[in-house]
Amino acid sequence: MADVEEPEKKRRKIEELTEKMAVDGEHMGSGDWDGRWNHVKKFLERPGPFTHPDFEPSTESLGFLLETCKILVIGAGGLGCELLKNLALSGLRHIHVIDMDTIDISNLNRQFLFRPKDVGRPKADVAADFVNNRIPGCQVVPHFKKIQDFDESFYRQFHIIVCGLDSVIARRWMNGMLISLLSYEDGVLDPSSIIPLIDGGTEGFKGNARVILPGMTACIDCTLELYPPQINFPMCTIASMPRLPEHCIEYVRMLQWPKDTPFGDGVCLDGDNPEHIQWVFQRAQERAANYNITGVTYRLTQGVVKRIIPAVASTNAVIAAACSTEVFKIASSAYIPLNNYLVFNDVDGLYTYTFEAERKENCSACSQVPQDLQFPPSAKLQEVLKYLTENASLQMKSPAITATLEGKNKTLYLQTIASIEERTRPNLCKTLKELGLSDGQELAVADVTTPQTVLFKLKLTS
Amino acid sequence: NVKQQLWGDHGQEALENAHVCLINASASGTEILKNLVLPGIGAFTIVDGHKVSGEDNRAQAATELLQELNSDVSGNFVEESPDKLLDNDPEFFHRFSLVIGVQLPEGTCLRLGSVLWNANVPFLVCRTYGLTGYMRLVVKEHTVVESHPDNALEDLRLDQPFAELKSHIQSYDLEGMEKKDHIHTPWIIIVAKYLEKWFSDHNFQLPKNYKEKEAFRQLIRQGILTKENGTPEDEENFEEAIKNVNTALNPTKISSIVEDIFNEEQCNDITAQTPAFWVLARAVREFVQNEGGGNLPLRGSIPDMIADSEKFINLQNVYREKAMQDASVVSKHVESLLQSVGKVQGLFANAAFLRVVRCRSLAEEYGAETVNKDEITSSMDGADGEMVLYLMLRSVDRFYQQHSRYPGVYDYQVEEDISRLKLCVHSLLQEYGLNVNVKDDYIHEFCRYGAAEPHTVASFVGGSAAQEVIKIITRQFVPFNNTFIYNAMSQTSATFQL
Repeated sequence: MADVEEPEKKRRKIEELTEKMAVDGEHMGSGDWDGRWNHVKKFLERPGPFTHPDFEPSTESLGFLLETCKILVIGAGGLGCELLKNLALSGLRHIHVIDMDTIDISNLNRQFLFRPKDVGRPKADVAADFVNNRIPGCQVVPHFKKIQDFDESFYRQFHIIVCGLDSVIARRWMNGMLISLLSYEDGVLDPSSIIPLIDGGTEGFKGNARVILPGMTACIDCTLELYPPQINFPMCTIASMPRLPEHCIEYVRMLQWPKDTPFGDGVCLDGDNPEHIQWVFQRAQERAANYNITGVTYRLTQGVVKRIIPAVASTNAVIAAACSTEVFKIASSAYIPLNNYLVFNDVDGLYTYTFEAERKENCSACSQVPQDLQFPPSAKLQEVLKYLTENASLQMKSPAITATLEGKNKTLYLQTIASIEERTRPNLCKTLKELGLSDGQELAVADVTTPQTVLFKLKLTS
Repeated sequence: NVKQQLWGDHGQEALENAHVCLINASASGTEILKNLVLPGIGAFTIVDGHKVSGEDNRAQAATELLQELNSDVSGNFVEESPDKLLDNDPEFFHRFSLVIGVQLPEGTCLRLGSVLWNANVPFLVCRTYGLTGYMRLVVKEHTVVESHPDNALEDLRLDQPFAELKSHIQSYDLEGMEKKDHIHTPWIIIVAKYLEKWFSDHNFQLPKNYKEKEAFRQLIRQGILTKENGTPEDEENFEEAIKNVNTALNPTKISSIVEDIFNEEQCNDITAQTPAFWVLARAVREFVQNEGGGNLPLRGSIPDMIADSEKFINLQNVYREKAMQDASVVSKHVESLLQSVGKVQGLFANAAFLRVVRCRSLAEEYGAETVNKDEITSSMDGADGEMVLYLMLRSVDRFYQQHSRYPGVYDYQVEEDISRLKLCVHSLLQEYGLNVNVKDDYIHEFCRYGAAEPHTVASFVGGSAAQEVIKIITRQFVPFNNTFIYNAMSQTSATFQL
């Protein structure tokens, strides 16, 4: 379909068509036409036998949804597009959306708020424009940013936060942020400081949706084992003993590219650049031929380089729908929310499983129980680092460890800044005793998985 | 454009050649179509007689908006109610790969169901009613060649190694090889070697119970090399072997699902009109009964495992070549069954994953003599499950037939309609002789809904239904059979065979 009409003309034509879609109503213009929110009002203004104990039918509830309730959607991709659409069509108008990505052509078969002409533009901006134009009255505010670019004062303004992310790290960070907003008085949690977090995730034909009430129900870190670690092939396999076409591709990506720098010094491999992929593909084929391995294709090469997890519109639709239903339930108090985890799979028929994920007593994120680190004094700092990254309940990515020594704050190891990494690297081989650490000492650990530093208590065993 | 990887190129081709019909472009209907247009369905036709403001029709508006999502898709609309079409031109529906009926009144639904059943056109009935989502698949016989099961066990034949595998295993000398080869020997070889030892001591019987499997694992563990100081070497391949003992020793056998397919009538009477699926099934059966010695054609894939490249590739090739041999034998059987045959390439690998799905017709579901009483009554045992929602949907349909409207659409109707709806519930239960109790709360709730179609529930139905449509069209993955109910209130669901 040719997109030659002027944007403004086209926008108005679509607005006309959309308004005509509402069989009930007959008004034109951007006000609320008659019957526009009938399907929503039935749930807000009528009593019912299954409503939340706190629910009171009222003609004012719709006003709250339309004018006051503020929702934050994180992610404007496959799940995010669905979430924005569902929320806007359910009467929620004050929505913010954060997404740090721009639109890629491969997004267009799922992320339906985007068109071919939008490729290259920020997802958040295009998504907001689309929804605001298509759904009169809706005011989506986009943020072409990372979630880490915002602080507590930003997040505090929302009634509910709903995530459609593809990264466990980002989820944990968001989780940690909302936990940091909780306030306690004499050890009792102040319910008004709780911001519900609704989280959805999909992979192929599987997905899950969960409701988290920070400080009250299981948080992301309480159930970290439910997120299996990403498959990374062992280095020795890639370097000297490839068996699968994927091993050959990873070899070129991880070892050959940094060595050959085919497109210039410091030019990183870009999964969206066909020339880059072609380069990797050819060399992966050569390597595969040396080992009699078949199966290296251009598509596989791109999939491995971009870490593509196959995605399909239908699963995103289902999971985002479940999440949106929960947002509506909580915003309207009309029904008791999901308690608290839904799993979905439509590989064979359709299957759902709903259960209550339990809080972990000593969860490093939400339990407020100081974490213990037990090591002999002869243990090297390297071992502590290994524990922090490999322990199933912690799964940190690149922890930075500091301690107070002789009254001063000393960085023992930090990986993410090259100069500091170089300076502190020798500490890894030193023992805890050599570093001057004592039993009962507090270690402060910062990591990308949490917005707040985690405090550990060092227990030196004999 | 990145094509769908989940159902492969031939699946995508089937999708792009398909033409589906959607009846009623309501919220649920447009959501379903959106999820078909995005992955690239060939064409759609919306049938919708609902008039909106002025002259414009809902079908047309929906078509234009959906068309935007994918310029490769061809969108059409018919401004007509389905009842009119059924009156004047029922064969209109014969041209479609599948028909999706959304928010249909019972009468229309049954009429359409009958036409499509006789024409062998798959029919998917969908509705969103308050916080309830509903889907009913009506297809006489749907054959699935690639069911892609989630947890399929590997086809390793360790209990009865074929000749080439045997001689390949023999080429290994675990005791005599160097350490660097020992630690890079694939676990399949390790298990096979130790199984030979076990067989000679146990009268050629596989380890059968936990105790025996544990003993077998210990046997393998003894094979791990020791260092000079007596502690065991770090041999990850041996650890893999030990870990895989449980599944690797499962006896090779044909599943009952596949046995049932072999015993079907269609498998016996092959004619020139027999669909490819049944020709293939028969050819595979011939293989099983002859060259296969009771086993299916070898699947040919092995999982990745710790090994050096050469050992792994060589082992992989042993399985691959045998699989190709078996496949060509099946191919010869296909040829000898029919003079000329259609495309059946790439299907042999998954002979273990053939499935047939048959749904009862709507007439059978609704007939007083043929209603599935057992399924309904047994599911109503936990009275707060999903079956009660099914009964409520049937009841509001009765209400519609009597009053030409749904209950509780307007606020003032809610109170009075509760007792009217209750009468409908009772007449339904009585007509079918169902001795179950439908709590008043549900009757009240369904009046409260006022036939609303909330968007979040419509969207759930939209995603679920679209994927089932894709399964039918691509003949990959197994569709549900035959009634799916989604309860948005509790976020639970159930599937019934009605």
